[in-house]
Amino acid sequence: MWKLLQIELFKIFKRPRTYIPFGAIAAIILIIQLGLKFDGQSYLEMGMSSVSDTFNVPYSLIMNGYLVAFVILNTLLIQIPLLIALVAGDMVAGEANMGTLRLLVTRPVSRTQLMLVKYAASVIYTFLLLIWMALLALFLSMWIFGTNDLVIARDTVIEHIRKTDVMWRYIAAFGYAMVALSTVAALAFLLSVFAENSIGPIVATISIVVVLTILSEMRIPLYDNTVKPWLFTSHMLAWKGFFYSQSNGQGDTIAGSIENLPSILRSLSILLGYIAAFVTAAIWAFRKKDILS
Amino acid sequence: MSSVIRVTGLTKHFSALKAVDGLSFSVEQSDIYGFLGQNGAGKSTTIRMLLTLIAPTEGRIEIFGMDLRTHRREILRRVGAVIERPDLYKYLTAYENLALFARMSGILPSSRILMQQLEQVGLAERAHSKVKTFSQGMKQRLGIAVALVHNPDLVILDEPTNGLDPQGIADIRNLILHLSAHEKKTLLVSSHLLSEMELIANRMLIIDRGKKIVEGKASELFDPGETLVELDTSDGALAEEVLHRGSWKEHLQSRQDGKLLLKMDKNRIPAFVRDLVQQGVPVASVQPRHSLEDYFLSLTTANQHVEAFTDRAV
Repeated sequence: MWKLLQIELFKIFKRPRTYIPFGAIAAIILIIQLGLKFDGQSYLEMGMSSVSDTFNVPYSLIMNGYLVAFVILNTLLIQIPLLIALVAGDMVAGEANMGTLRLLVTRPVSRTQLMLVKYAASVIYTFLLLIWMALLALFLSMWIFGTNDLVIARDTVIEHIRKTDVMWRYIAAFGYAMVALSTVAALAFLLSVFAENSIGPIVATISIVVVLTILSEMRIPLYDNTVKPWLFTSHMLAWKGFFYSQSNGQGDTIAGSIENLPSILRSLSILLGYIAAFVTAAIWAFRKKDILS
Repeated sequence: MSSVIRVTGLTKHFSALKAVDGLSFSVEQSDIYGFLGQNGAGKSTTIRMLLTLIAPTEGRIEIFGMDLRTHRREILRRVGAVIERPDLYKYLTAYENLALFARMSGILPSSRILMQQLEQVGLAERAHSKVKTFSQGMKQRLGIAVALVHNPDLVILDEPTNGLDPQGIADIRNLILHLSAHEKKTLLVSSHLLSEMELIANRMLIIDRGKKIVEGKASELFDPGETLVELDTSDGALAEEVLHRGSWKEHLQSRQDGKLLLKMDKNRIPAFVRDLVQQGVPVASVQPRHSLEDYFLSLTTANQHVEAFTDRAV
C-alpha cells in the first residue's frame, strides 16, 4: 500500500496544476496581511463597533498575529474546499480522461486498494495545503504582527484568550479543519468515480458545497432542527468552537477550557461519518464500474 | 498443450446492445494469436473483459488455468497489455512512466534494465523527454515497453500498430515475432491491418458482431487448394442467374463493387470460365484472390448476406 501511495503522491506533485491552490492561498493571505498591516485599525473599528461605545478598545494590542490568523481562517476555510475539489475531483475522472485508468486497473492491484490509496493521497494533499496555510496565516502573521492576547467578537460577546492559551487552540482548529476539508475531498472523490473528465466532479462538488452552505446558513425554522443538523456543511466551521472558552464567576476566561466540547465532538463524528459513507460508496461504485475510457 | 487463455460462452450486454455474444476460444502456449474483426465487432470489449476492465454479463474466462474472477491479481501479474490508444502520463517522462508502471506491477527494476527496455522499443534517446512531446508512434512504442516492463508471460496488444508509419509497423511486427520466438511469450494481437496479421499470427479468431465466425490455424484458414475468385463482368445479373442455375451456386460468397466473389478449388477455375462463356456471360476477368483480407471480408460479408437474407425471409 505504501508503495502505491508513493506512486500516487509522485503523480500529484509532478503536475503543475497541483501548485495552483498553494499559490492562490499564498496570494490571498499576503493580500489580507498587507491590508491589515496598513489599515488594521479601521477593520477592527468596523468589527468592534457594537462594543466600542461601552469601553475603550485597545486596538494596537488586539491587532496581533493571533487575531490576523483568526481573520484569515475565518475567510479561507469557506473557500479552501473549492481548491480541494480541484485535486480530489481529478483523482479518478482525470485518469479516465487521460486514458491511464485502464492501465492502472490492469495492474495486479485490487480496485479497493487503488481507491483507498487515491483517497489517502487526496487527504495528504489536503493536509499539506493546510500546513502551508498554517505557516502563512499563523506563523507569518505572528512574525509580522507579533503576539498578544486573542480578542475576538462573537455576536454581542467578546472572547478574551490569554496569549499563553492560544496556540493549542490553533492546533486543534487546524486538526478539525483537516477533517472538514477531507469530507469535501471525499465528496469530490466519490463524484469523480462517475465521470470521464474532471470538470464535472469539480463543478458538482463546488455546487453541492455552495448549495448546502446556503442551506446551513439560512434561518428557516422548518430546516433548523430537521435538515441542518445533518448537513456536513453545518459542521464545517465548528473549528471556531475551540476559541470559545468557559469563564469563571468573575467573567475571566478559564485557561484550557472549551465552552461546548460535546458539540464539537458531535460535529466531528458527523463529518467522519460522511467521510466513511462517501469513500465506501466510491469504492463500491468503482468495483462495479466498467472501464470504457 | 495447456491453454493460456480459455474463454467459454463469453457475453457482454450494454443495455440492449449485445457487444459480445457467446464467444468461445482458446489461446495456446507461445501462440501469436490474431484476433480479427471489423470495427465494432467486439474485439476491444472482449480484450477488456480479459483484462478485468469490463465485467462479463455471462461466460467464463480462464487464464493460465485459473478463473479470472477468483485469481485476478495472480493472473494480471503475468499479463502485459496495450489497450487501444497508448495513453500514458503526458507530464511525466518516458522513463518515469516505465518506472511507475513497473512499481505498480510489484517490481523494482534497476535503471539499467529500464533503459534496456526503452532501448528495445527505440526510445532510449528520449528516455528523459516528457511524453507530451512524443509522436503517436513513440507513444505506441512506449505503451508496448510499459506492457512488457514486468516480463509478462502473456502479452495482449489491441491494435498495436495504430498510428505508426511503415517502418514503425515493421518494427512492431519484428518485436512481436522476437517475443514469441526468443522469449517464448504468448501473444494475443488484435488489428485491423489484416495483412500484418497474415505475416505474424499462427492462429486466428475472426469475429463479427460479437460472434465467432471462424477460429483455427492460419495455415488451415488459407487452404492452398481453395481460393477466392473474383469475377468481373459487365452483365452481373446474367452471371448471377447462370451461377444460380448451375452447380456454381454453392461457391458464391458475396458481391463487392459489382464483382462476384466465389470460393473454389484452383483447379476448377478453367472449367468455371468455360461454363460462363458458353452460357453467354461477358467475362472481363477472373482473378484468384488469396489474402487474409479477402478471406476475412468473404467471411464477414457472407455472414451479413446470410443474416440479411434471413431477415427478408422473416
